[in-house]
Amino acid sequence: MEVKIVVPHMGESIVEGTILKWLKRPGDRVERDESVVEIGSDKIDVEVPAPARGTLKEILAQEGATVAVGKAVALLETEDAAPARPKTEAPPEPEAAEEGEAKEAKQEETTPRGRRRITPVVAKLAERHGVDLDQIEGTGLGGRVTKKDVLPYLEGRRSTQEAPEPKRKEEALPTPTPRRAAVPSEEEPVEVIPVTAMRKAIAEHLVRSKQTAPHVTTVAEVDMTRLVNFREKHKADFERQEGISLTYMPFIVMACIRTLKEFPFLNGSMEEERILLKRYYHIGVAVALEEGLVVPVIRHADRLDIRGLAHAIHDLAERARTKKLTSDDLKGGTFSITNPGAFGAVLSTPIINYPQAAILGVEAIRKTPVVRDDQIAIRHMMYLCLSYDHRIVDGATAVQFNQRVRRILENPLELIL
Amino acid sequence: MKEITYLEAIREAMLEEMERDESVFVLGEDVGAYGGAFQATKGLYEKFGEARVLDTPIAESCIVGVAIGAALVGYRPIAEMQFADFISCGFDQIVNQAATLRYRTGGRVAVPLVIRAPSGGGVHGGLYHSQNPEAWFVHRPGLKVVAPATPYDAKGLLKASIRDNNPVIYFEHKGLYRRAKGPVSDEDYTVPIGKAEVKREGTDLTLVTYSAMLFPCLAAAETMDKEGIEVDVIDLRSLAPLDWEAVFQSVRKTSKLLIVHEDNRTCGIGAEIAARVAEEAFDDLDGPVMRVTYPDTHHPFSPPLEEFCLPNEAKIVGALRRLASY
Repeated sequence: MEVKIVVPHMGESIVEGTILKWLKRPGDRVERDESVVEIGSDKIDVEVPAPARGTLKEILAQEGATVAVGKAVALLETEDAAPARPKTEAPPEPEAAEEGEAKEAKQEETTPRGRRRITPVVAKLAERHGVDLDQIEGTGLGGRVTKKDVLPYLEGRRSTQEAPEPKRKEEALPTPTPRRAAVPSEEEPVEVIPVTAMRKAIAEHLVRSKQTAPHVTTVAEVDMTRLVNFREKHKADFERQEGISLTYMPFIVMACIRTLKEFPFLNGSMEEERILLKRYYHIGVAVALEEGLVVPVIRHADRLDIRGLAHAIHDLAERARTKKLTSDDLKGGTFSITNPGAFGAVLSTPIINYPQAAILGVEAIRKTPVVRDDQIAIRHMMYLCLSYDHRIVDGATAVQFNQRVRRILENPLELIL
Repeated sequence: MKEITYLEAIREAMLEEMERDESVFVLGEDVGAYGGAFQATKGLYEKFGEARVLDTPIAESCIVGVAIGAALVGYRPIAEMQFADFISCGFDQIVNQAATLRYRTGGRVAVPLVIRAPSGGGVHGGLYHSQNPEAWFVHRPGLKVVAPATPYDAKGLLKASIRDNNPVIYFEHKGLYRRAKGPVSDEDYTVPIGKAEVKREGTDLTLVTYSAMLFPCLAAAETMDKEGIEVDVIDLRSLAPLDWEAVFQSVRKTSKLLIVHEDNRTCGIGAEIAARVAEEAFDDLDGPVMRVTYPDTHHPFSPPLEEFCLPNEAKIVGALRRLASY
């Protein structure tokens, strides 16, 4: 009898696995539960055992291939007619609805906890009160945690949190148990805000970046005085000619692109054990909106001059505010710039817009006393905070990049060449 | 307070309203000297005479049409269908005329009309004397639909229906006529249309029902009580408008809902309730919304076969147990 060997379920959210190594070859005899193949995913590697004793008949997926969970990777010719099952176990599971309870209970034992069935009201209670449902023993069908299981649990938690310990009154002040999560009360009112899809996407994206890329931030101190003077001189004309105001952003974007060409690793990304150096320059520019941050992308920003960049930035910001961005506007960035200085920040440690290699934080420009030619001078100073993925970019490279951007901004004439 | 039957409650409501308001009159097949197929109008002909208790031909479209005309010129007719099964013969008059007149005239015309429709099975009446056609009318805008279960509600809702300025289809369950007995106030009272009543309070499960199914539901709730499960039993009483707040309030409390009705399953009132609860109270559910209904078939004449089809206490208890253990 022919039995399929499939990619096993490896946990929540894992939908496919990669064949790492075949431990058996076609024609090899295998015992039941003997490992046949190593399969990896982005979270876990597993060895897949043979479901029965027999001979490996055919390999359906070669090493390096990616296969969806549940799909066959090999065929096994078993020796006995019946598929492998412990002898003690009952024959095929009953399908009748009346047997549903027993069946679900059995599945419950074998499926990972994350896949338990949670009803809407239980999900709501768990979220509102910060309950880990794994802490509660379910009494519903197949061990499901019901509302009636959650309510007494909450009740119990509240009493352990709030009831004073009567016997130890004289000995010492009662030590409050730390709260697991905010439980709303009149004294401590809590507003519960459901997480929007956008907020969830932001959260997942940022966590992924922080967990994957080791972040380091290097700071350069830039004397912006020349650029400030230049802008002051031209901004009125510019606005009249172009219909938009002249900001520092086009200069910074252009300075970055010049420098990225010299330091290509900062315009790269690490994907699947390879570093990809992008020979094109799609620059993301962060725009803060009330509902959350978006980072629309200026495509081929290296092909634009200062006026072109000014218009591109203005257009993206405008469309972000009027919610007219398309998903294409948000995709494909190779390097990002964020501008916390617009809100007055003087130093930041930005999170990389993963899988990009780096992000530049542009801080506030302030008149600052500095030493020039052994004298104290008042100059327009600004910090540039560059966060980079230390897997891809070494410290020396990142610092040189940031210092090069600084020099360009301090000598804006360099932008002409 | 006195104890009377469901049928007596209906008769009393008509009698008192006819005494109170001269514009109220009844019409239907054999409602006069014979007193109606079920004796609901017994004694009215003697008391009010043939001008206010009209025998009609066997033609429901005529009965409804005459009643609509009378309502338009200021009367308050009570049209009796001999069986709700035959209301379909008057369907066009009801759904295309009575239901639309107020809308068509921009609110200048009212149709204060009551159609009494004896419905329901369990009386071995076969397929033309057992139907529950309430969902057709609930579906149609412009109509009110009520279906009381107790003598008190039967009297109070019929009075409210007669006094209402809109067409009301009043479904009275034949199986309750003489079987349902209960206390009814001696004083003049009405039961508001569109208000459900919690007939038994519980915290664990919600059971929504109406008309004759109230009684097996109450019995099932009693059985569950002995097993430690407390069931909230809501008697809708009115189907259009339906008391959604009562349903949602109970579902928010119990998180589990069973709907029981004698009408067919598909597109019955239960389907609408399940849909609205899924849409508007999804976050409060702790189990699937379930239904116990008549299957999508006709009423067999054979008593054992009809018994097999009708919802009953055992079927309701089975569903409640499943829902409780979910």
